[in-house]
Amino acid sequence: MAEVVAVAAESLAGSRARAARTVLNQVVLPGEELLLPEQEDAEGPGGGGERPLRLNAGARSRVRVVCGPGLRRCGDRLLVTKCGRLRHKEPGSGSGGGVYWVDSQQKRYVPVKGDHVIGIVTAKSGDIFKVDVGGSEPASLSYLAFEGATKRNRPNVQVGDLIYGQFVVANKDMEPEMVCIDSCGRANGMGVIGHDGLLFKVTLGLIRKLLAPDCEIIQEVGKLYPLEIVFGMNGRIWVKAKTIQQTLILANILEACEHMTTDQRKQIFSRLAES
Amino acid sequence: YAAQQKTKLSKNLMRMKFMQRGLDSETKKQLEGEEKKIIGEEHWYLDLPALTKRQSFLLCEDLLYGRMSFRGFNPEVEKLMLQMNAKNKAEVFEDKTEEVDVSDEEMARRYETLVGTIGKKFAKKRDRVSYEEHENGDVKLPKEKEMFLKPRD
Repeated sequence: MAEVVAVAAESLAGSRARAARTVLNQVVLPGEELLLPEQEDAEGPGGGGERPLRLNAGARSRVRVVCGPGLRRCGDRLLVTKCGRLRHKEPGSGSGGGVYWVDSQQKRYVPVKGDHVIGIVTAKSGDIFKVDVGGSEPASLSYLAFEGATKRNRPNVQVGDLIYGQFVVANKDMEPEMVCIDSCGRANGMGVIGHDGLLFKVTLGLIRKLLAPDCEIIQEVGKLYPLEIVFGMNGRIWVKAKTIQQTLILANILEACEHMTTDQRKQIFSRLAES
Repeated sequence: YAAQQKTKLSKNLMRMKFMQRGLDSETKKQLEGEEKKIIGEEHWYLDLPALTKRQSFLLCEDLLYGRMSFRGFNPEVEKLMLQMNAKNKAEVFEDKTEEVDVSDEEMARRYETLVGTIGKKFAKKRDRVSYEEHENGDVKLPKEKEMFLKPRD
């Protein structure tokens, strides 16, 4: 890890932008500038700012690249704003140039449109509920944003209930708004989460790790005993099992698995399976 | 000298509707093209590479659905898991061969005779006779109403 940081520091000192392609899956630091693939030929080795003159200046190949979390556009380059590993995803359907993002770690959640989160109802005022989602301000949830809710048929939501919903409005200028239905009007599992169970908080990176399609931790956990889990992208996890002891064991495992190696995890699971 | 110097009409005047009626289609297209070019050049655009910014991790990583249930703890959630995760992976939905109570063939057979039965209800007494004559299975539609024929001169 020390050599990786040294290389990064060296490139910053030399103040020459690296190509994004060469830095994939490596650690990047805030302030670094990255070149997109189409600009690499312009900056040749020892380029010194020379650009080959083109006769058809307007016919530059415009590949639409999406810059994801942790990156920002700076001129025609990518500027890194968070420290972490640079990732890239090829476009599946062929349109656009793929997505670049930084895989970073943080505990504080910032509301993002489209994210599914677990919120706690803190207040009920008139037609809307105020839901605490762990961001800078509580999100608003209209009572009509539930499946089958009408003005006469109000949903049964009390202060202190847990809600699983998604954001429809989430930017730095406005109060975040969430709903418990999708664009077709169906609930799709969103709404009030049942009673009992335990809600606890973890880092945002762990949530994404646990929700990865090939996550072994979840597969092993599912074999222990009947249980139910809800993951919120705001770092909150709700778990429920048949007894309180099982619920607590599950919560401890999920919290601890962030810092365990694969072997340690396998040891713990085998010990649990025996008992 | 006066004949050589033609009075030149202004551009705006030429663009007016009544002046363009006399032009032929080619000159009209030319004028249109020029106008579009002028309007297009006035529009400002940023000459930057297309870099859209998205803050969501959803399109970066393929994440599973957030609600999970194991070993039958919550059957509805387990059904949802299959539905939502299949949607994410863009799998083709299995052809739901809906179990029907009545097969298509039987339906067609019934409809064949149904037309006759309902038609009988609305037919006049005269036409009902023709129905009963052909009641061995095939239905013959009642003949057309005989309209009044105008006498020919």
